[in-house]
Amino acid sequence: MIEVAQLTKRYGRHTAVADVSFRCEPGTVTGFLGPNGAGKSTTMRMICGLTPPTAGSATITGQPYRQLPNPGRTVGVLLDASAQHAGRTGREVLTVAAATMGVHQRMVGEALDRVGLNAVAAKRRVRAYSLGMRQRLGLAHALLGDPRVLVLDEPANGLDPEGIFWMRGLLRDFADRGGTVLLSSHLLREVEAVADRLVVIGGGRIVSQGDKDELLAGGGTLVRARDRAALRGALQRAGLPVSDGTEGLLVHADSEAVGLAAATAGIALTELRPAGAGGLEQLFLTLTAEANGSRPAAANISLPTEEAVR
Amino acid sequence: MTTTRTAPEATRPSLVRLTVVEARKLVDTRAGRWLLITIGLVTAAVVVLQLVYAPDAEQTFANFFLPSLLPVALLLPVLGILSITSEWSQRTALTTFALVPRRERVIAAKLLALVAAALVSLLTSLAVAAVGTLIAEATGGAGGWRIGGTLLLHTAVFQVANVLLGAGFGLLLLHTPLAIVTYLVLPTAWSIVGELVRPLRRTAEWLDTGRTMEPLFTAEMTAGQWGRLAVSLLVWLVVPLLAGLARTMRREVA
Repeated sequence: MIEVAQLTKRYGRHTAVADVSFRCEPGTVTGFLGPNGAGKSTTMRMICGLTPPTAGSATITGQPYRQLPNPGRTVGVLLDASAQHAGRTGREVLTVAAATMGVHQRMVGEALDRVGLNAVAAKRRVRAYSLGMRQRLGLAHALLGDPRVLVLDEPANGLDPEGIFWMRGLLRDFADRGGTVLLSSHLLREVEAVADRLVVIGGGRIVSQGDKDELLAGGGTLVRARDRAALRGALQRAGLPVSDGTEGLLVHADSEAVGLAAATAGIALTELRPAGAGGLEQLFLTLTAEANGSRPAAANISLPTEEAVR
Repeated sequence: MTTTRTAPEATRPSLVRLTVVEARKLVDTRAGRWLLITIGLVTAAVVVLQLVYAPDAEQTFANFFLPSLLPVALLLPVLGILSITSEWSQRTALTTFALVPRRERVIAAKLLALVAAALVSLLTSLAVAAVGTLIAEATGGAGGWRIGGTLLLHTAVFQVANVLLGAGFGLLLLHTPLAIVTYLVLPTAWSIVGELVRPLRRTAEWLDTGRTMEPLFTAEMTAGQWGRLAVSLLVWLVVPLLAGLARTMRREVA
């Protein structure tokens, strides 16, 4: 289990992570979502005791990471697949880790097999590895100590579609056997297929978290009318948060409220339905746009923070 | 997740285990291996040169052994620097400190592994000098195996100090080229300034490691010489090690 409580990291006047709290339960995969620069990696480094937090705390199986006697046996960590000595062979990287953790050398071969690095690849130096191979090696490294918890930062980066599919199966299996998984991504689609829970972070703050199904269902309502501007005006007058979606207007309210607002204004709707993943995706797009410094597509979007954060 | 756990997970890795791991990391990369091979080759080359060019009368074990230490003394600090700084330049600190969050234990293991490496280099020098002596005796050189126990001890201090000097610079600067350049330039610059600036001359006697380590090549060292050595190593070795340790403990690993 991972428990993060009010984690905050400030660099001078810049706040990278602000008051982040969430829990990852055994048997679940938690997707940690956010655009690049949102604070995902900083949060994960704080969980793993590599970055000292300005405030707040994080525990793994009830203990701060730095107080775990032999952390590799409790939690498998993959924060950056490229952070390996270019001059070591893949097998040597794992051999060194196994020796540090006191894991039998036999496990090195097993870990290599498990991630699909064959004998030829294992003998090559990491310098010659593709990013996908480094991710596999990093995953083998994380699994080597037979941990109960996994903390993975963008593990799908550089993997081909087949590799991503394989990794999903591996993580699902790990969680189904009682393990706890926290994995980050900047792509909603990537974690949607495997995560049970989602934690969405933007600008260092958690903007949404909860069960994946609830979040995806709670994505608001999609509504269309011939006169889009009039519809928007009507919804705004009714005090409903509205934003432009790709298909129509996205409203963070249920269908009934939207329908009533349109009826009151005398606007004929051409479509009215739950937005599904579109709502979360819209939220995500807005976050990404903000992170990139451009004006979000819909400036008047209101983030479903209060309702979704529990 | 499997039922067969090979070792109790709650056991902290012992310092011995960490030292073995760090020693392994000195030799398991191409760069590290070549540095060690170079040290061996240079030692052999020095002895060969003496066999060819030194007068027969001077071809003794001690005369083969002592000069062979000098080039090694130049390379050992580089080994010390690399063992520390490569964790940051290659970014392996991320996995090293994730597996062993008590960073001071990793550093302690690194220093122990480096001391072991320095002592192994000493054994190599002794072995190569022995071969040189045997060849000298067979080819008309003077031969002769006399060497004092205190001299051996002094040379051990010399090589261990050299490797730890490098480690201290590496730990303080945490940057390979910067540490190597600073290590090579700073003491030399200090020697030159100590020579040129009259009022500094007395200070240099105490702080120039080039000078304070010189008596280690003799069998007899006075208390004054030990004192000067201790002061210079305090300034150039102990202080950087401690300051570097403090820096490493606090540094954010990214």
